[in-house]
Amino acid sequence: MSEPASARPLADIEAQAAAWVRRRHFWDWSDEAQAELDAWLAESISHRVAYWRMESGFARTEKLVALRDPASEAPQTARRFPVLMGLAAAAALIAVMGAGATRMMLHPQDRIYSTPVGGHERIVFADGTKVELNTDTVIRARMTTDRRVVWLEKGEAYFQVKHDAAHPFTVMVGERRVTDLGTAFLVRRDEGRMELAVVQGRVRFDAGTAHQAATLTPGDVVTASGNTVLESRKSDAALQSELGWRRGVLVFDNTTLAVAAEEFNRYNRQKIVITDPAAARLAMVGTFPIHDVSAFTDAAEDIFKLRIENQGSEIVISR
Amino acid sequence: MAETPEHNRENTEPCRSGAGMTASEVEAWFIREVLPLEAALTSFLQHNWRNKADIADLRQDVYERVCEAAYGQFPENTKAFVFRTARNLLINRVKREHVVPIEAVSDLDALGIALDAPGPESSVLARDELRRLQTALAALPPRCREAVTLGRIDGLSGREIASRMGISEAAVSMHLDHGIRVLVDAVYGAPEDSRRKT
Repeated sequence: MSEPASARPLADIEAQAAAWVRRRHFWDWSDEAQAELDAWLAESISHRVAYWRMESGFARTEKLVALRDPASEAPQTARRFPVLMGLAAAAALIAVMGAGATRMMLHPQDRIYSTPVGGHERIVFADGTKVELNTDTVIRARMTTDRRVVWLEKGEAYFQVKHDAAHPFTVMVGERRVTDLGTAFLVRRDEGRMELAVVQGRVRFDAGTAHQAATLTPGDVVTASGNTVLESRKSDAALQSELGWRRGVLVFDNTTLAVAAEEFNRYNRQKIVITDPAAARLAMVGTFPIHDVSAFTDAAEDIFKLRIENQGSEIVISR
Repeated sequence: MAETPEHNRENTEPCRSGAGMTASEVEAWFIREVLPLEAALTSFLQHNWRNKADIADLRQDVYERVCEAAYGQFPENTKAFVFRTARNLLINRVKREHVVPIEAVSDLDALGIALDAPGPESSVLARDELRRLQTALAALPPRCREAVTLGRIDGLSGREIASRMGISEAAVSMHLDHGIRVLVDAVYGAPEDSRRKT
C-alpha cells in the first residue's frame, strides 16, 4: 500500500504536541520555554489544534488522582504536586468553566493540594494558616511574601486564617473573591455553584462583576450561582452540623432522604440511589459516621420500612 | 523538536486578518464544543473510510478546517458543521485519490438525521471517563505505566521519576509522551479499534 498523496506528518505533530505537554507538566518550565511553545503554536493551525486537544485532554487525566490509595499517605501531610502540576488543574478548570475562561498564568510558587472521594486532609501553611480539605477537593495555593491566595478549584475547604492585615489572605472561587479579615470560614464549590459560610471573625466577599462587595460576620452564608447571589443566616448549631465532616460525621436535622443520600454520595464510592420519589421526600434527624453508608440505610429500613438492596457499586432504596 | 514542513496545505495561515476570533477564543470554543464530539466523529470516519491508519489524520484535518473557519465566525450548529466538514473532506479525498470507500454513501445520507438534535455525545467526556482512563492506564506497557503513575498520580516531576525508576530522563520522556497520547485518546472516548497500539 502506498501512502495517500496527502499524507502529512500528523504522527509527528501529535508527538510534538505530547512532548510540549510533557515538558510543561513534568519539567522545569520557563519564560523561554513558553516563548518557544508560542512560536511553535504560531507556525500553523495544525500545531494549535493538536496541542489544544492534547493539553485539554491531559488536564482531564487529573481524575486519575482519585485512584491514589489514601491509606498510603502519611497522616497530616497533604499531597504536594511539583510546581508545574498547577497548570493541569488550571487547565482542568478552564475545561470545566468553558466559555469565557481565559488562560491562567502559572506561577512558580503554585502548589496543588487535592483529596480523592472520601478523603480529608489538613494542611498547615508556613504562616500558620490552616486549611482542611473535604472529600473530592482541589485547591491551588500561592503563598508568597507579598500575597496569600488560594483558588478553590472544586470541592469544599475550611479555612482558619492567621490574620495579617499587611498580607491579606484571599480565596478565589472562579471570579468570586473571599478576603479574610481575621477569621474562620467554609467555602464549597460544585458545578457552577458556591457557598460561603463564616464561622468566626469577618470576611469580605466580592462576587465579581456586577455585584457589590459585602463584609460578612459569623452565621452569614452566601450562596452564589450564575448571576445570582443570595445571603442568609445560619445558627451556630447549623454551622457546626455543616462542619460535621471535620469530625468525620454527617449531621442531618429534618433532612430529606434525597439530600442525605446526596451527602453520603459525596464521600463514598458506593452510591445510594433512591428509586421512589415519595421515599426521597421523607425527612430524618440523626448523626452518622461519614463512611458508614449501611448505618444510614439500616436506619432507613428500620424507621421508614423501606427496602434496601445492596448491588455492589450502588445501594438502592425503594418501597 | 523536529521541524514539520508545511507542504500540501491549503489555508493554513496562523492568523486571519480582519474581524474575527482570537486564538484563545477559538481554543475555548474548540475545547468546549468540538472535542466532546470526538468519539462520534471518529466512529463516523471509521464507518466511511476503509484505511484505519488514516483515521487520526482525517480527524485532525477536520479539526483544522473547522478551527480555520471559526477564526472568522463560530458556526451556529457546531455538531452539524463538524460532520458536514468531515463529509466534504471524505468526498474530496475519494475524488482526489480515486479510491472508493465502502459503505460511504449510506452513512453520509443517514447522517442528515443526526445533525440537528444535540446528541448524547455532548456528555461522552464525563461519562465513564475515570473508567476509560483506568483501562487505558492498565493497558500501558509496564515501564510506561509506572512512569505515568509516578508522574500523574503521585505527582513526581520528570527528574524524580527518572531517579525513582533508575532510568535516563530521555527514557522518562519517551514513556510519558506515549502515556500522554494514550490517556488523552481515552479521555475523548475513542472507540477501541481506533486507539493507537501500545
